Amino acid sequence: MSAPAIPSDPPADYLTDHTVKSWLLTGDHKRIGVLFLISVTIFFFVGGAAATLLRLELMTPKGDVLASADAFNRLFTMHGVVMIFFFLIPSIPAVLGNFLLPIMIGARDMAFPRLNLLSWYIYLIGGLLGIWILIFGGVDTGWTFYTPFSSMYSNTMVVTAAVSVFIVGFSSILTGLNIIVTTHTLRAPGMTWFRLPLFVWSHYATALIMVLGTPVLAISVVLVGLERIFRVGVFDPALGGDPILFQHLFWFYSHPAVYIMVLPAFAVVSEIIPCFARRPIFGYRFIAFSSIAIAIFSFLVWGHHMFVSGQSMYVGAIFSVLSFLVAIPSGIKVFNWTATLYKGSIRFDTPMLYALGFIGLFTIGGLTGLMLASLAIDVHVHDTYFIVAHFHYIMVGGSVMAFLGALHFWWPKITGRMYPEFWGKLSALLVFAGFNVTFLPQFLLGWLGMPRRYFEYRPEFQVLNVMSTAGASILAMGFLLPLVYFLLSLRQPRNAGSNPWGATGLEWQIESPPTSHNFHGPVLVTCEPYMYSPEEAEREYAHEQLVHHS
Amino acid sequence: MSSSSITLEEAAVPARTETLLSHHFDDVEQQSNASILGMWFFLATEVMFFSGLITAYTIYRALSPEAFRLGSLHMHVWLGFFNTLVLLTSSLTMALAVRSSQLGRRDRTVWYMVATAVLGAGFLGVKAIEYSMEIEHNLFPGVNFQVPAEDAAALAEISATPEELQQNLGHFQIMFVLYFFITGVHAFHMIIGIVIVLIMAALMKRNWFSGNGTTQIEAMGLYWHFVDIVWVFLYPLLYLIDLSGGH
Amino acid sequence: MWDFPLFPEQATANAQKLDALMLFEVGILVFFTTLIFTLILVFCLRFRRGSKVDRSNAPTHSQALEVIWIAIPAILSAVMFIWSMQLFYELYDPPADAAEISVVGKQWMWYLQHPQGRSETNELHVPLGQAVKLNMTSQDVIHSFFIPAFRIKQDVLPGRYTSLWFQPTKVGKFDLFCAEYCGTNHSIMIGTVHVMEPADYEAWLAAKGVGPSQAEEGERLFVQHHCAGCHRGSQTVHAPRLEGVYGKPVPIQDGENIRFIQADDRYIRDSILEPRSEVVAGYEPLMPSYKDQISEQDLLKIIAYIKSLANQEPIQ
Repeated sequence: MSAPAIPSDPPADYLTDHTVKSWLLTGDHKRIGVLFLISVTIFFFVGGAAATLLRLELMTPKGDVLASADAFNRLFTMHGVVMIFFFLIPSIPAVLGNFLLPIMIGARDMAFPRLNLLSWYIYLIGGLLGIWILIFGGVDTGWTFYTPFSSMYSNTMVVTAAVSVFIVGFSSILTGLNIIVTTHTLRAPGMTWFRLPLFVWSHYATALIMVLGTPVLAISVVLVGLERIFRVGVFDPALGGDPILFQHLFWFYSHPAVYIMVLPAFAVVSEIIPCFARRPIFGYRFIAFSSIAIAIFSFLVWGHHMFVSGQSMYVGAIFSVLSFLVAIPSGIKVFNWTATLYKGSIRFDTPMLYALGFIGLFTIGGLTGLMLASLAIDVHVHDTYFIVAHFHYIMVGGSVMAFLGALHFWWPKITGRMYPEFWGKLSALLVFAGFNVTFLPQFLLGWLGMPRRYFEYRPEFQVLNVMSTAGASILAMGFLLPLVYFLLSLRQPRNAGSNPWGATGLEWQIESPPTSHNFHGPVLVTCEPYMYSPEEAEREYAHEQLVHHS
Repeated sequence: MSSSSITLEEAAVPARTETLLSHHFDDVEQQSNASILGMWFFLATEVMFFSGLITAYTIYRALSPEAFRLGSLHMHVWLGFFNTLVLLTSSLTMALAVRSSQLGRRDRTVWYMVATAVLGAGFLGVKAIEYSMEIEHNLFPGVNFQVPAEDAAALAEISATPEELQQNLGHFQIMFVLYFFITGVHAFHMIIGIVIVLIMAALMKRNWFSGNGTTQIEAMGLYWHFVDIVWVFLYPLLYLIDLSGGH
Repeated sequence: MWDFPLFPEQATANAQKLDALMLFEVGILVFFTTLIFTLILVFCLRFRRGSKVDRSNAPTHSQALEVIWIAIPAILSAVMFIWSMQLFYELYDPPADAAEISVVGKQWMWYLQHPQGRSETNELHVPLGQAVKLNMTSQDVIHSFFIPAFRIKQDVLPGRYTSLWFQPTKVGKFDLFCAEYCGTNHSIMIGTVHVMEPADYEAWLAAKGVGPSQAEEGERLFVQHHCAGCHRGSQTVHAPRLEGVYGKPVPIQDGENIRFIQADDRYIRDSILEPRSEVVAGYEPLMPSYKDQISEQDLLKIIAYIKSLANQEPIQ
């Protein structure tokens, strides 16, 4: 028998070892999640800086803020490339998926810790190449790299950009591989598939897309690179090539990619709503299966980006039908989350504000998606600000808000500290208000006919553009505040407690921050997730009020 | 010792046969399953990777079947056939390596893995010879590409308009773009495979693996067989479009 | 400040039909958004922590509800799909008597050719009430021909022809935009569609020489392709001035010797497409080739412009 251990102050957790080597050579999924958090945050603000410059330029119809149309074209390209490939795609899966998934299923780490670390290094290499491009000339093809402009006419660093995207795609594939294999093989005894938190289901669906879709993107950008270097004619009509082939290959990945960006957001919302409504989620199986359905259907709709591209109108009709169908599982989720509020005992902490905001904004974004699936309407609004508004509603009003909500919800678990609730609520409101003022006018702009990627525009579009820029300034504040108060919170001691929200889920049964191996002993799961009781919550609340006032 | 089934105890291997268990796995079986499952899903990504290229091939061949047929006639059918046999044999030696490791016969495992790598290198050598012949005949796409005269004439005959001839000539070059690119990507995968197999053989020789390295070699075997199967698809698509050989 | 329109003008029958469909879909959006927002608001208020309401037996699933909120959106989707598909197909079904106009898009202008002979740049004149079919191709990258007031758009591709048709129902001037990002000047690749009374249109068609002449067009191209940057007196590049050159002998460096050739159409053309083949004596072979960058008709216009400089004083 060994002597009782002398308790050290503070207790050792996954953050304790402070050496650089322990961080750069870590296999711990929690540390890798934190490493990704730092990296994606940096890229978020890089992409945000580009957006700020764009919106400043677009306040006036003529080009006056930026040096030239070329500068504008490079800026919007980099905004898209950075935000999509270096922020949105890794954000929730590589930060929160990495951190939480093993704990949620009762495991001590991801299946492949070294591949996990490798995925971060690969991401960094791709990201550094992206920064290189930013400094040394930029790319001006748009994040969509359409041929033949990208393969034959652009004078910018297209090949470097193709290599950068190719590399960062591998990071995505490795993250996806890890998630899939971990979910299959490392669930603790008793953790059957239908006892998994919906966070895991959604991330599993995301991982399927990451693994199956990303290689096709790799091929697309490699072909563009080859075309530029060897001038072989795969996309050059003069040599028998077909520029539309690029669009098919590109969108075959890039449409499912948008679900890589939104399914993890669904994952987060499915965790937050039951916790703050204090009741079991409504329609667990439907939500779980709808995630898988979305992953599968997402591969069948890429042609809705190409209704006016010159593809056959019959093919257009098929993609239109399928696009309507893919909206249905998303609708199922929205209704189920709303129903989860019924007979709950609802608190409005910051994570809940973000989750509720998500539902509203995603509904708008998704329904405008139905308008885009409508062939004739898309003819009018394709390549206009209507599209820009639509995808920002999903990606910012949806994914970014879910990311922020997730950060607030799991911050005490990740760092052991609490964020300041007042500032959290304020930021959430600023983000929600600023976002709507920025992007709602853009629907109108698009319907009026203002095309996207325009450096100069017709004067009659100015009023709405000014409104949009004004909203962007509010939105920017809403994004900067959390950066400040999250960092400041790290100066506090690690006293948030293991379960400040009183949530269910295995991650809340362990310390904040967790120890290196997550659990101290074997894990046995014996019940369903989300075993909240609204009535019990009410009783506790009434008791608290009594105690408070006595 | 007979070479038929042999038990682990009889294999007389030195030192440890206990496979090291990583802290996050509950038992060796779980660890092994995870690795194999991971390799299967990775191969799924590779399938998608090659599928994109084969899709491009399918589309262009459907647009100009004659151009592709004529292009294919320039392939070295017998060299390709030899290569196919070499690759299939290498899969055999790889499978034997896996079996040997399961039986704990380390020396044999090393031998089979080296044989696999050698056969793979042989494949690449033949491929290099083919490439050099094709480059010499101006069939490498780019500035030096020339459509051979008899093929240009044949395409001119079946083209109704000058624009169609341009398309057909262009697709003739695209056939070679796809040939070099797809077989190049395949060869790249082979190079990676050979390097890893050799590294694993060396590690095996130095008793680096905690157990018999069975899981790792099995996973590598899956990868090797996959690269082999890709070739089995590529060979007919690129080489065997028209075996009659007539113009 | 608030006088921005909510939708563009409706200048074709298609525009009106499309706006009706859009109104329907906006209605659906407003309905469901309001529904969700209201439900959330009501539930959040009613069931906020501390409110004294009955929370017993909170349901966790309901097959019936799932079926309802799958079926109703599915039915609405079917309606939206069928309606929009019909409109979409009409866009691909031009009437047999449509007048055909050829369109060439290139970086960064639209070149339109009426069959009766007149051609225009960045402008399209059409008569009221007459169906017009555009046959379009691109000379370089993918562009997109977009007229918001008509609610039509079609990508314009190199090496292929795509088409679009419309029948204007309103006289006026309407914006024409390029809607597929195509490089530096994508945002100024815009034009105007003039819908005129039939009589005015006939008059316009008959008038010649009212638009810019070949030489004026050529000068515009001369500037656009940056020829002026070197050939109009550059500080950094020593390039021959072109005033007074056409029709006169030009000294060409031929190895160690100098020979003289006549500066005719062929010489100007070759100088643009293969500048290294005949370099003017005393100049470095610095000029890049414009092969594949300037179309045939543009070449002719540039040559016309340089021809127009023939009688000016040569500048050293």
